[in-house]
Amino acid sequence: MQARVWGCRGSLATPGADTVRYGGNTSCVEVRLESGDLLILDAGTGIRPLGASMDGESFEELHIFLTHLHLDHLQGLGFFRPLFRPGAKVHLWGPASPVQSLADRIAIYLSPPLFPVRLADIPADITFHDAPEHGVTIGSATVRAANVAHQGPTVGYRIEEHGKTLAYLPDHEPSLGVELSDQPPSWISGHEVAHDADVLLHDAQYGDDEYPSHVGWGHSSIEHVMGFANKADVGMTVLFHHDPYHSDDELEALLVEARRQCDTVGDDVCLAHEGMTISLDRDGIRFG
Amino acid sequence: MTAVTSTGSGAKSLPLILARELAANLSTAMFLLDATGTLVYFNDAAELIIGKPFSELGEISAAEFGEVLHLADPDGAALRRRDSPAGVAFLERRPAHRVLLVTGYDGERRLVEATAYPLFGAAEEMHGVVSVFWQLATPESTE
Ligand SMILES: [Zn+2]
Ligand SMILES: [Zn+2]
Repeated sequence: MQARVWGCRGSLATPGADTVRYGGNTSCVEVRLESGDLLILDAGTGIRPLGASMDGESFEELHIFLTHLHLDHLQGLGFFRPLFRPGAKVHLWGPASPVQSLADRIAIYLSPPLFPVRLADIPADITFHDAPEHGVTIGSATVRAANVAHQGPTVGYRIEEHGKTLAYLPDHEPSLGVELSDQPPSWISGHEVAHDADVLLHDAQYGDDEYPSHVGWGHSSIEHVMGFANKADVGMTVLFHHDPYHSDDELEALLVEARRQCDTVGDDVCLAHEGMTISLDRDGIRFG
Repeated sequence: MTAVTSTGSGAKSLPLILARELAANLSTAMFLLDATGTLVYFNDAAELIIGKPFSELGEISAAEFGEVLHLADPDGAALRRRDSPAGVAFLERRPAHRVLLVTGYDGERRLVEATAYPLFGAAEEMHGVVSVFWQLATPESTE
């Protein structure tokens, strides 16, 4: 599979001179399978340029996997041009709710006065699904979802294809009220999504000095993401969901700290940036 | 696009993980059963009632539970586990509350007030049971 990051900013789109290297668009990752199927992880503002890049591309169907419905993961949906192709087959996956269907929850945003077009009036043929807790096979890959600790119903996704695994946990607070290093892996939120993944895209919203004033906000510190990745024994950890208040320079300082911490556990780590490509195939893992 | 079956990795579900995090931060005795009825966790405060730490006992299947904690009515009559609050919450999938005498490994009988409730997830699926014990004055000290 080939992944491409179209948005890795957390919480709020953050354009400007301070964010040009890592980007200001919110969460969206394109995943192209060897079978040709297209999976899209989250519909933050990064899905707008992804959709524009698909002009002229024909597709049979595509799948959008939403981790949750916070606006930074949903806001771009109404600007994803393939949704405006009459009859285009789109599968939309998201966390289950006992109260409202996924369509009804998304329609809260995609309806006036918050948005000019009603979800029901979007020309594409959209099918809604609960996130695949028991896994679903799409083309050459299997996608599994698991509920993870964040604010409100939220899932992470694990995509496996030909023995390679990409794990996606953009919004995650795995160590709320407990010390991660003391926990058995089966008791760690998100572990079943991330264990033994070749590449993990993970929430890295806060510096270790910022986390104490954000306990319970649903996000990770550098110490958490590195501790989580170590427990999950992942190959490469990609710091994702950058705080809107973190400039490029500050993100690079966080990477230095993450590398300092991973030196002690033997993992590897990098910063997600817009345009980052990740190839996971029989030849190995390559970043661009 | 086809559904596949779960790998059954042994990972605990998020409601159980969050309940354990809560329990780990309380001084009130709390026990957690998973969806199979296995006792998968109890906190330090519950250790005082059971008489051994969880780290020593580990997970306890429903069949073995009787060896860990003996339950009785306040008058001393033995109580079947299915009639305990946790038993009712697990088998009947409803909350339950009752006063009990419990005897753990240290052989000491303790009078407790117990509340148990089932954990239902977002799709109404059962994840397990939370059981909370508040210790009352011991029978001896009430005499
Ligand atoms: Zn977010
Ligand atoms: Zn969020």
